[in-house]
Parts: sequence; C-alpha cells; structure tokens
Amino acid sequence: MTDPQCLLNPATNLLSAWTSVAGLTIQVSATAIIISALIGIPFGTWLAMNQFRGRQVLSIVLYAGMGMPPVVVGLIIFMLLSRAGPLGGLGWLFTPAAMVLAQVIISLPFVVVLTKTSVEGISSSVSEQLRSLGATDRQIARAVLWEARFGVLVAILAGFGRVISEVGAVMLVGGNIDGQTRVLTTAIVLETRRGQFEQAIILGAILVGVTLMIFAFVLHLSQRTRQTSV
Amino acid sequence: MPRTTISLIVSVSTFLVVMLLAGYVTGTPAFLMNRDDTDTLRIATTTSLDDSGLLNDILPDFEERYNTQVDLIAVGTGQAMVLAERGDVDLVLVHAPELEQEFVAQGYGVDRTTFMTNPFVIVGPVDDPAEVADASSAGDALSRIADSGASFVSRGDDSGTHFKELEIWASAGLSPSSSMGWYQPVGQGMGETLLTANEMEAYTLTDRATFVAIAPERVADLESLYGSPGQPGEGDPLLDNPYSAIAVNPESHPETRIDLARNFVDWLNMDSTLTSISEFGVETHGEPLFTLIEGS
Repeated sequence: MTDPQCLLNPATNLLSAWTSVAGLTIQVSATAIIISALIGIPFGTWLAMNQFRGRQVLSIVLYAGMGMPPVVVGLIIFMLLSRAGPLGGLGWLFTPAAMVLAQVIISLPFVVVLTKTSVEGISSSVSEQLRSLGATDRQIARAVLWEARFGVLVAILAGFGRVISEVGAVMLVGGNIDGQTRVLTTAIVLETRRGQFEQAIILGAILVGVTLMIFAFVLHLSQRTRQTSV
Repeated sequence: MPRTTISLIVSVSTFLVVMLLAGYVTGTPAFLMNRDDTDTLRIATTTSLDDSGLLNDILPDFEERYNTQVDLIAVGTGQAMVLAERGDVDLVLVHAPELEQEFVAQGYGVDRTTFMTNPFVIVGPVDDPAEVADASSAGDALSRIADSGASFVSRGDDSGTHFKELEIWASAGLSPSSSMGWYQPVGQGMGETLLTANEMEAYTLTDRATFVAIAPERVADLESLYGSPGQPGEGDPLLDNPYSAIAVNPESHPETRIDLARNFVDWLNMDSTLTSISEFGVETHGEPLFTLIEGS
C-alpha cells in the first residue's frame, strides 16, 4: 500500500478498485458472449439441420475447438493485433476490444457445439411433423430452436463460464493494465505473485459471486418461462 | 409469436441491458472506445518494479506533470524487449545490460538511461544446508548449492534475473539443467518463484527489492544468505542489477510516442524523481529498496 491515497483510506480505495475490476470483467465477458451467441446460435442450428459434405469434419474441428488452450488463442490474437502483425493498424492490442475478441473465439466452439447438439436432440421428430404440415425451412428452424431453447441457454452459460474465468489469453492481449484492462482473473494472478493471498482469495470469491448471481438470474428466468409456457 | 417467446426475449434482453449498464457504471468508461484524446504512454516494465510498488508510488507525479496517462504492462524482461521490438509499447524498463546494449545496437531502442540498481541476493532455507553464507563469491555460493544436493529454483523464463543466474553459473564453470533433479526451472515471475522456493525449502536468486517487498509471512522459511547489506557478497559486481529505461526507436516504429517517452526519460533524471526512488521503501519496509547510480 504505497499509494498515498491508499494510506489515507485503504478500505474505500480497495473497494472501489475491486468494483471497477469486477465491472470491467462483466463488460468484457458479457460483450463477448453476446457476440458469440449472435454468431454461434444461428451457425449451430444450421449445422444441426443441414446435411452437406464435410459436415463431419467441421463438427470434429468444432469439438476440438472446445479443447483449444485459451493461451494459444491469446497468442495468435496477440500476433495478429501487434503493430508488427497484419491487424496492427486497428490499435486494439492492450485494450478491452482485444480481450473481447479473444473471448469470442474461445467461447464460440462451446456455443456452436452445444446449440447443435440440443437442436439435434429435437430436430428430427419435430421437423418431420412440421414439414408434413407444410412449414417452410425457416419456420421449422425457428420452431426447433424454440423447442431447444433451454439447451441453447446452457450453451451460452457454458461459454460465459469459460471466458469469465479464463486468465491466460486476457493477460497476453490485455496486458493487465491497472484501470484499463485488469479483470478479476488477472488481478488474482498479480496478487498471488505479490504474496497477497488474502486479496487473491477475496477477488476469487468476488468472481464466483458474480458468476453465481448471473447464472442464478438466468436460470430463474428460464424456470419462469418454462412454467408459463406449459 | 407466442406470448412466452416475447416474455423470454424481453426478460433476457432486459437482463443483458442491466448487466451491461452495471458493467459500464462500474467498469472502464473508455470501454471499446479509442482514448485518442488523452496522451497515453505505454510502458512494458519488468515485474520487480511493479510488484514492489515503486511505479505506483512515483508515476502519479509524472502523469500530473505531463498530463499523460501511463499504461503499465508488467512482464519479464525478455517479453518486454519483444513488445518493444514489435512496436507495441513506447518505452521499456528493464534490467539485462548485455541484452539492452544489443537491443540498442540493433536499432530497436534509443535514449537508454541507466538510473538505479537493485542488487541480486541469494536466498535459501534458514538453516542453510549448503553453507552459502560462508561463500567467497557468487559463483562459489552456487557451487556449494550444486555440491550439497539442495534444491535450487530457477526463474527459467528468459527474464533479467534468469539471465543473471545463468551468468553466475557460468562464472563457476557450471551449467545445470533440469535433468539433474535438484535444479528446478519454474518458468514464472519472481514472486511465484520465491513462493515456490519457500515451499520446497530451496535456494533461489532474487532481486533484493522483490524479496523485501513480498509479504514476509509467505516467505517465512527463506532468508537472504549472500549479497544483502552486512553479508558476504555485498557490493559484488557480479550481483549488480542496474535498471534502464529505453525508448522504442521511432525510425522503426513511427506510430510509437517518442515524444512522451523522451518526457519520461527527462522526468526520470529530475532530482525530485531520483529522491522519491531513493526513499521508496523506507516508510513501508524500514529500508530503501532501490539505490541510485552515482552520477546519473
């Protein structure tokens, strides 16, 4: 605690620092998962409902993507966004935008694969029925996706859980800059390195608390819609 | 659309909006926006300067004086140099003199200023099974560890400290490797390496500032044995650890902020800054952590 302001009022300062770190964590991961859902849900549904050459290969690649080490994703994005890299002109390196990009790539395979499997679980029976009633492909897709909505919700939550707890990629592309790109996971690494285990554990508890609140809220919503839709 | 569909969509989007708003209120105001309106100096620094709290202590003065925001990226010296070579930062604060000279000679860096030191010390278990405290030189100290079979934890991460460690082994005519069992390269920062050495009852090489600044209860089983004031090896030139600021060469990376980097170097050489550096640590740890270089 060498910051003079911290000496004046350590508790308040620590609290406001933690709040802004937690806030940025949500900003980054929520933005990433929204983008990921906008791309992944239509793509996963399309994959589940269409037969084409190379479908099997594409599925295997996506399944493997779930096992891709985030730090490798981070390294690739780092090299792309670095000033010496092809996308250096964007000026995204060491900004939240780079962290969002990394998290989109990390969560996308989860959203696509889990959407695909939940749609597949419903698609055959429902779509046959609808087709016999003369529904168009688009109508069938919409109906099947609606039936699979809880699976899709799980897909989003799984992706979100993965990115909000990830540390390697955001450390590399964000740089853990205080007040700019420091999120809960990178702050935990920093406090651990400083031997401040208590602070690291508190930050970990905040991360779990934030995740818990978000999941509880979403599951509560889904429960309510499930009841009203019966 | 069925009523339930609408209600689900409405509630999920409400939730997302609320969450994002909460994030935006508490998080970074400039999220996903360019901060071109403020001058921002990007510094890649070796972890010891950040972990010890020195930069948090002295930087506000620079930021205020030059109306410049500093973005600090704390990494090992090896990674800091790579960031500078690629033009991803404007200035580096590093401690590996030979690499630095090479870096400047290759045209990557300009305006190198060496401004302070933070000597290396050898730390190890309090009972000192290898009798490092009686060593006649830094090389002798490491030889004793190798002979005793006690464990040695190495940074193993191409950091300034790692390079120095290899240099000391070489001075003793030794080149240990992980296949020897007692030599443990962990590939982590100084803080993690000290924590590991403490758990393993092993020796390690550390800069003195990080060892003094780390929470003492976390390294309770470690003691400085060679190189600290009042111990053998104090002032050993091989344990010297000078820190330099180097600006990234604007000729290879014109988009870097050489103007701000030059301001920073000027500011580093101001009497008031040097005084703050030399006094840093006295209040919190009872002793200064960094020593100014005479004549800088």
